[in-house]
Amino acid sequence: MPSLKDLKNRIASVKATQKITKAMKMVAAAKLRRAQEAAEAARPYSQRMSAVLSNIAQAVGSDDSAPRLMTGNGRDETHLLVVCTAERGLCGGFNSQIARFARDHVRKLLAEGKTVKIICVGKKGFDILRREFSSLIIDRVDLREVKKISFENADQIGKKIIGLFEKDEFDVCTLFYSEFKSVISQVPTTLQLIPAAAPAEAVADTGAIYEYEPDAGEILSDLIPRNISVQVFRALLENVAGEMGAKMSAMDNATRNAGEMINKLTLSYNRQRQAQITKELIEIISGAEAL
Amino acid sequence: MADFNFELVSPERLLLSERVSEVVIPATEGEMTVMANHAPTMTTVKPGVVTVKAADGKVSRYVVFGGFADILPTGCTLLAESAVPVEEVDRTLIEKRIEAAKNELEGIAHGDEQRTRAETFLTELTQLNGILVAF
Repeated sequence: MPSLKDLKNRIASVKATQKITKAMKMVAAAKLRRAQEAAEAARPYSQRMSAVLSNIAQAVGSDDSAPRLMTGNGRDETHLLVVCTAERGLCGGFNSQIARFARDHVRKLLAEGKTVKIICVGKKGFDILRREFSSLIIDRVDLREVKKISFENADQIGKKIIGLFEKDEFDVCTLFYSEFKSVISQVPTTLQLIPAAAPAEAVADTGAIYEYEPDAGEILSDLIPRNISVQVFRALLENVAGEMGAKMSAMDNATRNAGEMINKLTLSYNRQRQAQITKELIEIISGAEAL
Repeated sequence: MADFNFELVSPERLLLSERVSEVVIPATEGEMTVMANHAPTMTTVKPGVVTVKAADGKVSRYVVFGGFADILPTGCTLLAESAVPVEEVDRTLIEKRIEAAKNELEGIAHGDEQRTRAETFLTELTQLNGILVAF
Protein backbone atom coordinates (compact mmCIF):
# COMPACT_ATOMS: atom_id res chain seq x y z
CA MET A 1 0.00 0.00 0.00
CA PRO A 2 1.63 3.24 -1.06
CA SER A 3 1.78 5.91 1.55
CA LEU A 4 -0.03 9.22 1.31
CA LYS A 5 3.15 10.96 0.32
CA ASP A 6 3.85 8.46 -2.45
CA LEU A 7 0.39 8.96 -3.85
CA LYS A 8 0.77 12.70 -3.75
CA ASN A 9 4.05 12.47 -5.63
CA ARG A 10 2.56 10.23 -8.25
CA ILE A 11 -0.39 12.51 -8.80
CA ALA A 12 1.98 15.42 -9.25
CA SER A 13 4.11 13.56 -11.78
CA VAL A 14 1.13 12.34 -13.79
CA LYS A 15 -0.17 15.88 -13.83
CA ALA A 16 3.15 17.10 -15.19
CA THR A 17 3.06 14.43 -17.90
CA GLN A 18 -0.47 15.39 -18.77
CA LYS A 19 0.60 18.98 -19.22
CA ILE A 20 3.34 17.93 -21.61
CA THR A 21 1.12 15.67 -23.69
CA LYS A 22 -1.52 18.37 -23.83
CA ALA A 23 1.01 20.87 -25.09
CA MET A 24 2.32 18.37 -27.63
CA LYS A 25 -1.18 17.75 -28.83
CA MET A 26 -1.74 21.42 -29.40
CA VAL A 27 1.57 21.82 -31.19
CA ALA A 28 0.72 18.85 -33.39
CA ALA A 29 -2.68 20.35 -34.15
CA ALA A 30 -1.11 23.61 -35.27
CA LYS A 31 1.48 21.78 -37.35
CA LEU A 32 -1.18 19.54 -38.81
CA ARG A 33 -3.09 22.54 -40.04
CA ARG A 34 0.01 23.91 -41.66
CA ALA A 35 0.90 20.57 -43.19
CA GLN A 36 -2.59 20.23 -44.59
CA GLU A 37 -2.36 23.67 -46.09
CA ALA A 38 0.97 22.81 -47.67
CA ALA A 39 -0.44 19.59 -49.07
CA GLU A 40 -3.41 21.47 -50.42
CA ALA A 41 -1.23 24.15 -51.97
CA ALA A 42 0.86 21.53 -53.71
CA ARG A 43 -2.14 19.82 -55.21
CA PRO A 44 -2.68 22.02 -58.30
CA TYR A 45 0.84 21.38 -59.50
CA SER A 46 0.70 17.62 -59.25
CA GLN A 47 -2.77 17.55 -60.77
CA ARG A 48 -1.70 19.59 -63.77
CA MET A 49 1.45 17.56 -64.01
CA SER A 50 -0.38 14.27 -64.27
CA ALA A 51 -2.88 15.75 -66.72
CA VAL A 52 -0.10 16.99 -68.97
CA LEU A 53 1.82 13.78 -68.57
CA SER A 54 -1.02 11.54 -69.63
CA ASN A 55 -1.63 13.92 -72.50
CA ILE A 56 1.91 13.65 -73.79
CA ALA A 57 2.14 9.97 -73.06
CA GLN A 58 -0.79 9.49 -75.38
CA ALA A 59 0.87 11.59 -78.03
CA VAL A 60 4.15 9.73 -77.81
CA GLY A 61 2.44 6.39 -77.53
CA SER A 62 4.38 3.31 -76.60
CA ASP A 63 6.90 3.45 -79.41
CA ASP A 64 10.60 3.21 -78.80
CA SER A 65 11.08 6.92 -78.37
CA ALA A 66 9.50 6.80 -74.93
CA PRO A 67 12.18 7.44 -72.30
CA ARG A 68 13.55 4.58 -70.27
CA LEU A 69 12.35 6.09 -67.05
CA MET A 70 8.84 5.48 -68.25
CA THR A 71 9.15 2.10 -69.86
CA GLY A 72 11.72 0.72 -67.45
CA ASN A 73 14.64 -1.36 -68.59
CA GLY A 74 12.54 -4.43 -69.18
CA ARG A 75 13.82 -6.32 -66.19
CA ASP A 76 12.23 -7.04 -62.86
CA GLU A 77 15.13 -8.30 -60.79
CA THR A 78 16.35 -5.59 -58.48
CA HIS A 79 13.82 -3.59 -56.55
CA LEU A 80 14.52 -0.28 -54.91
CA LEU A 81 12.19 0.62 -52.08
CA VAL A 82 12.09 4.19 -50.87
CA VAL A 83 10.54 4.09 -47.44
CA CYS A 84 9.37 7.44 -46.12
CA THR A 85 8.71 7.73 -42.41
CA ALA A 86 8.75 10.46 -39.82
CA GLU A 87 11.82 11.82 -38.10
CA ARG A 88 10.35 11.67 -34.65
CA GLY A 89 8.41 9.21 -32.60
CA LEU A 90 5.54 9.70 -30.17
CA CYS A 91 3.03 9.51 -32.95
CA GLY A 92 1.23 6.28 -32.24
CA GLY A 93 1.59 3.50 -34.74
CA PHE A 94 2.43 5.81 -37.60
CA ASN A 95 6.03 4.80 -38.18
CA SER A 96 5.68 1.15 -37.33
CA GLN A 97 2.70 0.92 -39.66
CA ILE A 98 4.73 2.04 -42.64
CA ALA A 99 7.74 0.00 -41.59
CA ARG A 100 5.68 -3.13 -41.14
CA PHE A 101 4.08 -2.61 -44.52
CA ALA A 102 7.48 -2.18 -46.14
CA ARG A 103 8.87 -5.17 -44.27
CA ASP A 104 6.13 -7.46 -45.51
CA HIS A 105 6.84 -6.24 -49.00
CA VAL A 106 10.57 -6.86 -48.68
CA ARG A 107 9.97 -10.37 -47.36
CA LYS A 108 7.67 -11.12 -50.25
CA LEU A 109 10.20 -9.87 -52.78
CA LEU A 110 13.03 -11.80 -51.15
CA ALA A 111 10.91 -14.96 -51.15
CA GLU A 112 10.45 -14.48 -54.87
CA GLY A 113 14.19 -14.41 -55.24
CA LYS A 114 14.52 -10.75 -56.15
CA THR A 115 17.24 -8.44 -55.01
CA VAL A 116 16.07 -5.65 -52.75
CA LYS A 117 17.66 -2.31 -51.99
CA ILE A 118 16.23 0.16 -49.55
CA ILE A 119 16.53 3.90 -49.17
CA CYS A 120 15.18 5.22 -45.90
CA VAL A 121 13.79 8.70 -45.71
CA GLY A 122 13.34 9.63 -42.09
CA LYS A 123 15.08 8.32 -39.03
CA LYS A 124 12.36 6.19 -37.53
CA GLY A 125 11.92 3.90 -40.49
CA PHE A 126 15.67 3.45 -40.65
CA ASP A 127 15.76 2.46 -36.98
CA ILE A 128 13.07 -0.15 -37.46
CA LEU A 129 14.23 -1.61 -40.77
CA ARG A 130 17.88 -1.66 -39.74
CA ARG A 131 17.14 -4.47 -37.29
CA GLU A 132 16.21 -6.90 -39.99
CA PHE A 133 17.57 -5.63 -43.28
CA SER A 134 20.66 -3.63 -42.38
CA SER A 135 22.56 -5.13 -45.32
CA LEU A 136 19.90 -4.05 -47.78
CA ILE A 137 19.78 -0.39 -46.83
CA ILE A 138 21.95 1.44 -49.31
CA ASP A 139 21.21 4.98 -48.28
CA ARG A 140 19.25 7.13 -45.91
CA VAL A 141 18.01 10.65 -46.17
CA ASP A 142 17.88 12.75 -43.07
CA LEU A 143 15.29 15.50 -42.98
CA ARG A 144 15.69 16.16 -39.29
CA GLU A 145 16.99 19.66 -39.72
CA VAL A 146 14.28 20.55 -42.19
CA LYS A 147 11.54 22.62 -40.62
CA LYS A 148 9.29 22.85 -43.61
CA ILE A 149 9.66 20.41 -46.44
CA SER A 150 10.37 22.26 -49.63
CA PHE A 151 10.43 21.03 -53.17
CA GLU A 152 14.21 21.05 -53.12
CA ASN A 153 14.32 18.30 -50.51
CA ALA A 154 12.13 16.14 -52.67
CA ASP A 155 14.08 17.07 -55.76
CA GLN A 156 17.30 15.84 -54.19
CA ILE A 157 15.74 12.50 -53.41
CA GLY A 158 14.28 12.33 -56.91
CA LYS A 159 17.66 13.07 -58.50
CA LYS A 160 19.29 10.44 -56.33
CA ILE A 161 16.79 7.84 -57.50
CA ILE A 162 17.25 8.79 -61.14
CA GLY A 163 21.03 8.73 -60.78
CA LEU A 164 20.88 5.21 -59.39
CA PHE A 165 18.59 4.14 -62.18
CA GLU A 166 20.93 5.48 -64.83
CA LYS A 167 23.74 3.50 -63.26
CA ASP A 168 21.56 0.39 -63.57
CA GLU A 169 21.49 -0.10 -59.84
CA PHE A 170 17.89 -1.23 -59.87
CA ASP A 171 15.04 -2.10 -62.22
CA VAL A 172 11.92 -1.14 -60.36
CA CYS A 173 11.48 1.64 -57.84
CA THR A 174 8.62 1.80 -55.40
CA LEU A 175 7.81 4.56 -52.95
CA PHE A 176 6.38 3.73 -49.53
CA TYR A 177 4.56 6.40 -47.64
CA SER A 178 1.44 6.96 -45.64
CA GLU A 179 -1.55 8.44 -47.29
CA PHE A 180 -3.35 11.01 -45.22
CA LYS A 181 -7.01 10.04 -45.14
CA SER A 182 -8.03 11.89 -42.01
CA VAL A 183 -6.65 12.84 -38.64
CA ILE A 184 -7.36 9.40 -37.26
CA SER A 185 -6.60 7.30 -40.30
CA GLN A 186 -3.39 7.13 -42.29
CA VAL A 187 -3.05 4.33 -44.76
CA PRO A 188 0.36 2.97 -45.76
CA THR A 189 0.56 3.10 -49.52
CA THR A 190 2.91 2.09 -52.29
CA LEU A 191 3.55 4.05 -55.43
CA GLN A 192 5.59 2.77 -58.32
CA LEU A 193 7.95 5.47 -59.51
CA ILE A 194 10.00 3.65 -62.13
CA PRO A 195 8.85 2.50 -64.57
CA ALA A 196 6.34 5.28 -64.26
CA ALA A 197 2.87 3.93 -64.52
CA ALA A 198 1.02 6.38 -66.70
CA PRO A 199 -1.81 8.10 -64.83
CA ALA A 200 -4.68 5.67 -65.05
CA GLU A 201 -7.52 8.11 -65.31
CA ALA A 202 -7.55 9.25 -68.89
CA VAL A 203 -8.16 12.95 -68.74
CA ALA A 204 -11.16 13.84 -70.78
CA ASP A 205 -9.41 16.87 -72.14
CA THR A 206 -10.31 19.40 -74.74
CA GLY A 207 -9.27 17.15 -77.54
CA ALA A 208 -6.94 19.87 -78.69
CA ILE A 209 -4.11 18.80 -80.88
CA TYR A 210 -1.04 20.16 -79.28
CA GLU A 211 2.00 21.56 -80.89
CA TYR A 212 5.08 20.44 -79.08
CA GLU A 213 8.09 22.59 -78.76
CA PRO A 214 10.64 20.89 -78.75
CA ASP A 215 9.07 17.58 -79.81
CA ALA A 216 6.90 15.49 -77.55
CA GLY A 217 9.55 12.90 -76.79
CA GLU A 218 11.95 15.51 -75.55
CA ILE A 219 9.37 17.20 -73.39
CA LEU A 220 8.47 13.84 -71.97
CA SER A 221 12.06 13.04 -71.07
CA ASP A 222 12.26 16.40 -69.35
CA LEU A 223 8.97 15.90 -67.62
CA ILE A 224 9.36 12.45 -66.15
CA PRO A 225 12.29 13.21 -63.84
CA ARG A 226 10.35 16.25 -62.70
CA ASN A 227 7.31 14.12 -62.13
CA ILE A 228 9.30 11.72 -59.96
CA SER A 229 10.39 14.62 -57.78
CA VAL A 230 6.83 15.86 -57.62
CA GLN A 231 5.58 12.45 -56.54
CA VAL A 232 8.24 12.26 -53.85
CA PHE A 233 7.31 15.75 -52.74
CA ARG A 234 3.66 14.84 -52.52
CA ALA A 235 4.49 11.72 -50.55
CA LEU A 236 6.60 13.70 -48.11
CA LEU A 237 3.85 16.24 -47.60
CA GLU A 238 1.26 13.53 -47.07
CA ASN A 239 3.61 11.93 -44.60
CA VAL A 240 4.04 15.12 -42.59
CA ALA A 241 0.30 15.62 -42.46
CA GLY A 242 -0.18 11.99 -41.46
CA GLU A 243 2.53 12.17 -38.82
CA MET A 244 0.98 15.23 -37.26
CA GLY A 245 -2.48 13.69 -37.37
CA ALA A 246 -1.21 10.52 -35.73
CA LYS A 247 0.71 12.51 -33.16
CA MET A 248 -2.34 14.58 -32.38
CA SER A 249 -4.57 11.61 -31.72
CA ALA A 250 -1.82 9.78 -29.83
CA MET A 251 -1.27 12.77 -27.59
CA ASP A 252 -5.00 13.23 -27.16
CA ASN A 253 -5.23 9.65 -25.97
CA ALA A 254 -2.29 10.14 -23.67
CA THR A 255 -3.86 13.24 -22.16
CA ARG A 256 -7.12 11.41 -21.61
CA ASN A 257 -5.37 8.43 -20.04
CA ALA A 258 -3.42 10.72 -17.75
CA GLY A 259 -6.70 12.33 -16.69
CA GLU A 260 -8.17 8.92 -15.87
CA MET A 261 -5.11 7.99 -13.93
CA ILE A 262 -5.23 11.20 -11.94
CA ASN A 263 -8.85 10.52 -11.07
CA LYS A 264 -8.03 7.04 -9.86
CA LEU A 265 -5.05 8.16 -7.86
CA THR A 266 -6.98 11.04 -6.30
CA LEU A 267 -9.70 8.64 -5.27
CA SER A 268 -7.32 6.29 -3.52
CA TYR A 269 -5.49 9.25 -2.02
CA ASN A 270 -8.71 10.59 -0.54
CA ARG A 271 -9.74 7.18 0.68
CA GLN A 272 -6.47 6.66 2.41
CA ARG A 273 -6.56 10.08 3.97
CA GLN A 274 -10.06 9.36 5.27
CA ALA A 275 -8.89 6.02 6.62
CA GLN A 276 -6.07 7.67 8.43
CA ILE A 277 -8.34 10.28 10.00
CA THR A 278 -10.74 7.58 11.10
CA LYS A 279 -7.89 5.61 12.52
CA GLU A 280 -6.65 8.58 14.52
CA LEU A 281 -10.14 9.28 15.81
CA ILE A 282 -10.54 5.68 16.94
CA GLU A 283 -7.24 5.92 18.73
CA ILE A 284 -8.29 9.08 20.55
CA ILE A 285 -11.73 7.79 21.44
CA SER A 286 -10.53 4.42 22.65
CA GLY A 287 -7.81 6.20 24.61
CA ALA A 288 -10.42 8.40 26.28
CA GLU A 289 -12.65 5.41 27.03
CA ALA A 290 -9.82 3.57 28.70
CA LEU A 291 -9.43 6.33 31.26
CA MET B 1 -8.22 43.22 -75.98
CA ALA B 2 -9.31 39.68 -75.36
CA ASP B 3 -8.03 38.24 -72.14
CA PHE B 4 -7.47 34.69 -70.98
CA ASN B 5 -6.78 32.80 -67.79
CA PHE B 6 -3.17 32.48 -66.74
CA GLU B 7 -1.93 30.29 -63.92
CA LEU B 8 1.55 30.22 -62.51
CA VAL B 9 2.04 27.14 -60.37
CA SER B 10 5.06 26.04 -58.39
CA PRO B 11 5.21 22.69 -56.60
CA GLU B 12 4.69 24.44 -53.31
CA ARG B 13 1.72 26.58 -54.20
CA LEU B 14 -0.42 28.30 -56.76
CA LEU B 15 1.32 31.63 -57.21
CA LEU B 16 -0.93 33.41 -59.59
CA SER B 17 -4.26 32.80 -61.20
CA GLU B 18 -5.84 35.70 -62.98
CA ARG B 19 -7.17 37.12 -66.23
CA VAL B 20 -4.35 38.41 -68.35
CA SER B 21 -4.06 39.82 -71.81
CA GLU B 22 -0.50 38.84 -72.57
CA VAL B 23 2.23 36.62 -71.16
CA VAL B 24 5.84 36.37 -72.29
CA ILE B 25 7.34 32.97 -71.58
CA PRO B 26 11.04 32.14 -71.87
CA ALA B 27 10.57 28.88 -73.76
CA THR B 28 13.55 26.68 -74.53
CA GLU B 29 13.24 27.43 -78.24
CA GLY B 30 13.13 31.16 -77.68
CA GLU B 31 10.85 33.63 -75.97
CA MET B 32 7.22 33.45 -76.90
CA THR B 33 4.35 35.77 -76.25
CA VAL B 34 1.06 34.11 -75.50
CA MET B 35 -2.17 35.94 -76.13
CA ALA B 36 -5.76 34.82 -76.16
CA ASN B 37 -6.72 32.12 -78.69
CA HIS B 38 -3.19 30.85 -78.98
CA ALA B 39 -2.87 27.49 -80.71
CA PRO B 40 -2.60 24.60 -78.20
CA THR B 41 1.08 24.29 -77.45
CA MET B 42 3.19 22.55 -74.93
CA THR B 43 6.70 23.73 -74.33
CA THR B 44 9.49 23.45 -71.85
CA VAL B 45 10.66 26.60 -70.14
CA LYS B 46 14.22 27.64 -69.43
CA PRO B 47 15.38 29.76 -66.51
CA GLY B 48 14.29 33.31 -67.28
CA VAL B 49 11.81 36.06 -66.64
CA VAL B 50 8.08 35.67 -67.23
CA THR B 51 6.30 38.91 -67.97
CA VAL B 52 2.62 38.95 -67.20
CA LYS B 53 0.38 41.73 -68.44
CA ALA B 54 -2.85 41.57 -66.50
CA ALA B 55 -6.21 42.38 -68.08
CA ASP B 56 -6.17 45.80 -66.40
CA GLY B 57 -2.80 46.58 -67.94
CA LYS B 58 -0.73 46.01 -64.84
CA VAL B 59 2.61 44.37 -65.63
CA SER B 60 4.32 41.99 -63.25
CA ARG B 61 7.45 39.95 -63.69
CA TYR B 62 8.47 36.63 -62.25
CA VAL B 63 11.73 34.77 -62.32
CA VAL B 64 11.35 31.07 -63.01
CA PHE B 65 13.92 28.30 -62.94
CA GLY B 66 12.78 25.92 -65.59
CA GLY B 67 9.50 24.14 -65.95
CA PHE B 68 7.00 23.81 -68.72
CA ALA B 69 3.97 25.56 -70.08
CA ASP B 70 0.67 24.19 -71.25
CA ILE B 71 -1.04 26.62 -73.58
CA LEU B 72 -4.63 26.32 -74.71
CA PRO B 73 -6.81 28.81 -76.61
CA THR B 74 -8.72 29.46 -73.40
CA GLY B 75 -5.88 29.61 -70.94
CA CYS B 76 -2.28 29.07 -70.12
CA THR B 77 -0.69 27.15 -67.27
CA LEU B 78 2.95 27.57 -66.41
CA LEU B 79 4.34 24.88 -64.15
CA ALA B 80 7.55 26.31 -62.81
CA GLU B 81 10.05 24.50 -60.67
CA SER B 82 10.33 27.61 -58.58
CA ALA B 83 9.04 31.09 -59.23
CA VAL B 84 9.61 34.38 -57.46
CA PRO B 85 8.47 37.92 -58.26
CA VAL B 86 11.37 39.84 -59.75
CA GLU B 87 11.36 42.39 -56.92
CA GLU B 88 11.91 39.65 -54.35
CA VAL B 89 14.65 37.80 -56.14
CA ASP B 90 17.76 37.28 -54.12
CA ARG B 91 20.72 37.68 -56.42
CA THR B 92 22.98 35.64 -54.20
CA LEU B 93 20.57 32.75 -54.59
CA ILE B 94 21.03 32.78 -58.34
CA GLU B 95 24.77 33.01 -57.96
CA LYS B 96 24.58 30.01 -55.68
CA ARG B 97 22.66 28.13 -58.35
CA ILE B 98 25.25 29.09 -60.94
CA GLU B 99 27.94 27.83 -58.63
CA ALA B 100 26.09 24.54 -58.17
CA ALA B 101 25.60 24.20 -61.93
CA LYS B 102 29.33 24.78 -62.47
CA ASN B 103 30.21 22.14 -59.96
CA GLU B 104 27.83 19.71 -61.56
CA LEU B 105 29.36 20.45 -64.94
CA GLU B 106 32.80 19.58 -63.69
CA GLY B 107 31.57 16.25 -62.43
CA ILE B 108 30.33 15.06 -65.81
CA ALA B 109 32.55 13.47 -68.42
CA HIS B 110 33.16 15.21 -71.74
CA GLY B 111 30.99 14.52 -74.74
CA ASP B 112 28.14 13.26 -72.67
CA GLU B 113 24.58 14.19 -73.47
CA GLN B 114 24.17 15.14 -69.85
CA ARG B 115 27.07 17.52 -70.16
CA THR B 116 25.47 19.39 -73.01
CA ARG B 117 22.36 19.72 -70.96
CA ALA B 118 24.26 20.96 -67.93
CA GLU B 119 26.16 23.40 -70.08
CA THR B 120 23.00 24.83 -71.58
CA PHE B 121 21.51 25.14 -68.15
CA LEU B 122 24.55 27.04 -66.92
CA THR B 123 24.49 29.45 -69.86
CA GLU B 124 20.80 30.05 -69.31
CA LEU B 125 21.38 30.81 -65.67
CA THR B 126 24.22 33.17 -66.45
CA GLN B 127 22.07 34.95 -68.99
CA LEU B 128 19.29 35.26 -66.46
CA ASN B 129 21.73 36.75 -63.99
CA GLY B 130 22.74 39.27 -66.64
CA ILE B 131 19.14 40.24 -67.32
CA LEU B 132 18.41 40.75 -63.66
CA VAL B 133 21.20 43.30 -63.28
CA ALA B 134 19.13 45.57 -65.48
CA PHE B 135 16.24 45.57 -63.02
